[in-house]
Amino acid sequence: MAAEPSAPLLEVRDLRVEIPTRRGVLVAVDGVSFHIDEGEVLGVVGESGAGKSLTGAAIIGLLEPPGRVAGGRILLEGRRIDDLDAESMRRLRGRRIGMIFQDPLTSLNPLYTVGRQLVETILTHTELTPGQARERAIGLLAEVGIPSAAERFDHYPHQFSGGMRQRVVIALALCANPRLVIADEPTTALDVSIQAQIIALLKRLCREHGTAVMLITHDMGVIAETADRVAVMYAGRIVEIGPVREVIKAARHPYTIGLMGSIPLVGHDVERLAQIDGAMPRLDEIPEGCAFHPRCPHAGARCRRERPERIRLGDSEVACWHAGELEGAGALTAGRRRREGEAAARAAERPPPLVELRDLARHFDVSAPFLTRLFSREGRKILRAVDGVSLTIPKGRTFSLVGESGCGKSTVARLAVGLYRPTRGTILFDGQDYAKLDSHAAMAPVRRRLQMIFQDPYASLNPRWRVAEIVAEPIRAHGLARDRGEIRDRVRALLRQVGLSEADERKYPHEFSGGQRQRISIARALASRPEFLVCDEPTSALDVSVQAQILNLMRDLQRELGLTYLFISHNLAVVYYISDYVGVMYLGRLVEWAEARSLFARPQHPYTRMLLDTIPDLEMTGRRRAPVAGEVPSPISPPPGCAFHPRCPLADGRCRGERPEPLPRAGGGEVACHAVEEGRLPEHAPRPLPAREDAD
Amino acid sequence: MAERVGRPAPRGLLGRILDSDLFYSFSRSPVTVLAALVTAVMMGAAAFAPWVAPHRPFDLATLDLLDAFLPPAWMPDGDPRYLLGTDDQGRDVLSTIIYGARVSLLVGFAAVFLAMFLGVALGLVSGYMGGTVDAVIMRIADVQLSFPTILIALLIDGVARGLLPRDLHEEMAIYVLIFAIGVSGWVQYARTVRGSTLVEKRKEYVQAAQVIGIRPWVIMLRHVLPNVMGPVLVIGTIHLAIAIITEATLSFLGVGVPATQPSLGTLIRIGNDFLFSGEWWITIFPGAALAILVLSVNLLGDWLRDALNPKLR
Repeated sequence: MAAEPSAPLLEVRDLRVEIPTRRGVLVAVDGVSFHIDEGEVLGVVGESGAGKSLTGAAIIGLLEPPGRVAGGRILLEGRRIDDLDAESMRRLRGRRIGMIFQDPLTSLNPLYTVGRQLVETILTHTELTPGQARERAIGLLAEVGIPSAAERFDHYPHQFSGGMRQRVVIALALCANPRLVIADEPTTALDVSIQAQIIALLKRLCREHGTAVMLITHDMGVIAETADRVAVMYAGRIVEIGPVREVIKAARHPYTIGLMGSIPLVGHDVERLAQIDGAMPRLDEIPEGCAFHPRCPHAGARCRRERPERIRLGDSEVACWHAGELEGAGALTAGRRRREGEAAARAAERPPPLVELRDLARHFDVSAPFLTRLFSREGRKILRAVDGVSLTIPKGRTFSLVGESGCGKSTVARLAVGLYRPTRGTILFDGQDYAKLDSHAAMAPVRRRLQMIFQDPYASLNPRWRVAEIVAEPIRAHGLARDRGEIRDRVRALLRQVGLSEADERKYPHEFSGGQRQRISIARALASRPEFLVCDEPTSALDVSVQAQILNLMRDLQRELGLTYLFISHNLAVVYYISDYVGVMYLGRLVEWAEARSLFARPQHPYTRMLLDTIPDLEMTGRRRAPVAGEVPSPISPPPGCAFHPRCPLADGRCRGERPEPLPRAGGGEVACHAVEEGRLPEHAPRPLPAREDAD
Repeated sequence: MAERVGRPAPRGLLGRILDSDLFYSFSRSPVTVLAALVTAVMMGAAAFAPWVAPHRPFDLATLDLLDAFLPPAWMPDGDPRYLLGTDDQGRDVLSTIIYGARVSLLVGFAAVFLAMFLGVALGLVSGYMGGTVDAVIMRIADVQLSFPTILIALLIDGVARGLLPRDLHEEMAIYVLIFAIGVSGWVQYARTVRGSTLVEKRKEYVQAAQVIGIRPWVIMLRHVLPNVMGPVLVIGTIHLAIAIITEATLSFLGVGVPATQPSLGTLIRIGNDFLFSGEWWITIFPGAALAILVLSVNLLGDWLRDALNPKLR
């Protein structure tokens, strides 16, 4: 924004961060140069392993040993700060540079009240008296949006919710009015609705205080919402840097172009996401020349030999030998083929149901131990994780469940595959009540037909087993092969099917990247030739470019094998891409479900509308959105009546007292809301549906 | 230009071992290398005692009472045939130590394996099953922990002796000792394994096996067990030192192995009677051997614990 000719607030020149290991020196950040002007928000984006967090840590002098700054200069307001001693650096931190970390739980000391931590920080960095410091602390808490700040001043961190805690962390970073705040993934650990609130807060505070921000994140949506300029990092280098609008809408570097194309977008019906094959190289395997060349569709001989320097192109700088030649305009939407015809055909067809959940409920007893209850005279505590969910999944279709943490979507997934027994209700699989079967033998034939893909690719494979054993386990368990030779052939075929090589069968899981592990997980799930796959956030632990690979693979497999999916996710754009039907859950109940296009185009339940309003505006259409408010209450004591009423703008007396039942909804599906039933639902600002534009 | 770092991954089992982080941390710690060396020498000597020991101390035909109470070889009156001197019956002290270490280590290892087997099995079942099974096993463990280990071992030893006919006492003594020390030491293993099992049980690979329909005991053995064995090896090493000490203590108190087949503890007890009459070598050398063995094993255990704990690295 402010392009004053004076020296920039922060200037980083040729920064190099090394991590010495016993096998050699790893270069984690290599020749990184950029600047941040007064009051500017610079987004630093990249997939895991790009070196973005280390760059932030190097600037603030908090590199963890053995990591070290091995070259380059860092200048704050024209003065070098990379060679300061520990004491001067400590004084600089907090006073001139503030820091916001990813996890609000660990960045506050649990033993001190929030107020004490704020006052202590203020006293360290300013000349204020304790009385004034207290006043300022309360002022800060109010400013970051903590209700009744004076009261909350004396509370401990655990008495705050995750979102509120992150607000306190922001207040802490702002204590001494620093000129620069380094925010490392400030919203990643938060629910989407809280994330939107924190982004709005950060934006407002920077505008009001004129604080510059270095915003480190993997989420392009957050960048699009917040940043003025953005630097894209890959394998320790900045490959592209420029104004956010230019980088997002007209990327020039093949990596950025691929990255933008691999992000699923709500409103764009596409056959496949653009995908960059492979993954970010590990630090000890960074290729020569341009680090991106093994994954680049345009790589030539020169890219393999020489490393490109950054050159200016318009308002951006790009490090690519082909930068001038590539047409990056519309990278976000280009290459997204329409699938209107197919979508319509799929919608018109009505396959028979494969899975039906009827009034499914699962309660957990989370009471204290018996003796504790006896002495403190408290009753049992029952967590109603899932409380009466009914849904039907037709054969060969994808039903997605979305919702914030604690809404019960993962519990539904685990109920559907029989990991939990339902407290109430039935699960019909191909007409058979699966939940009523109790002997191991009776369940085996059903078990073969349903499988699950898990969230964490690092925990879902036994680290002591070879890939061949992992993938063969379901085949052996269900006796699906006659001899070893047949098992081996089957395992190899499965590995090829999910895009791995046959030679991978002898390796152990730790030799693979996250995306490859997820492929192994999928191969294992397919080994028993199931018809129904339950996928619990299968891509949320993966980087965007890898997420696109996995989503494309899941789509291809569905088409080839006629699989039926129950897909759990908190990412609405992913859900839009993969689903035929979408259900929205809130505190253990399904508040609305419908065919995917209908739900996203004409959401009816106020919660659905709120969720859709949290989707970052990646296309930068500048559409106005209703501000998102409130947080999910504890599922142990949900509000009476409609559980959403404390956050709902339409709530009235009936909503507070009577629980709405699901009723048929205009456009198909069901919705459980009194306001919809009574017809007092206001018109929702329709989403711009740019799917119409990219027909050409 | 990108810098090439790292060597190509080595081939073969030996190559992989020599390249592993564990071996690296081992070779970087001189104390650990020394401890390993000492342990290896003592264990080797004990294992091959008939070939290593200069004399046969328990072969009555080779003993000569005229050789009794000879001081170590470097002292005046010392005999070069008996490096560390002889005891009251003319037995070579060095040879009795080597044979004694054999008994001590045998009892130690066997007791550790017994405790490990019991503890791992009970801990695994307790952690995986949960509920009443867990509560019962863990309360038994709590009760046992509220008594000192040596007391439990003494109790088991006493009861076992009471049940056995008198003429079997001598030959069964070593088994009774192994049983007593083993059973008194299972709690540590059970608690640790239960804790790790609770962690592993929540990981998604266990759930994946449950979804496939693998039976619980197969999941426990094939999935959970290999992943909880790391800490068990550490405890096992440290427990070996404790077991050797416990055995020595029991033998010193006279409830351990008989004098015809003495362990280090028995040797110390026998020598103790002559300490104040000037024949100090009969008790000091077995004592020193015991201390060095236990210290070395302990150092190895400490290193293993640190090396396997990523937080301390």
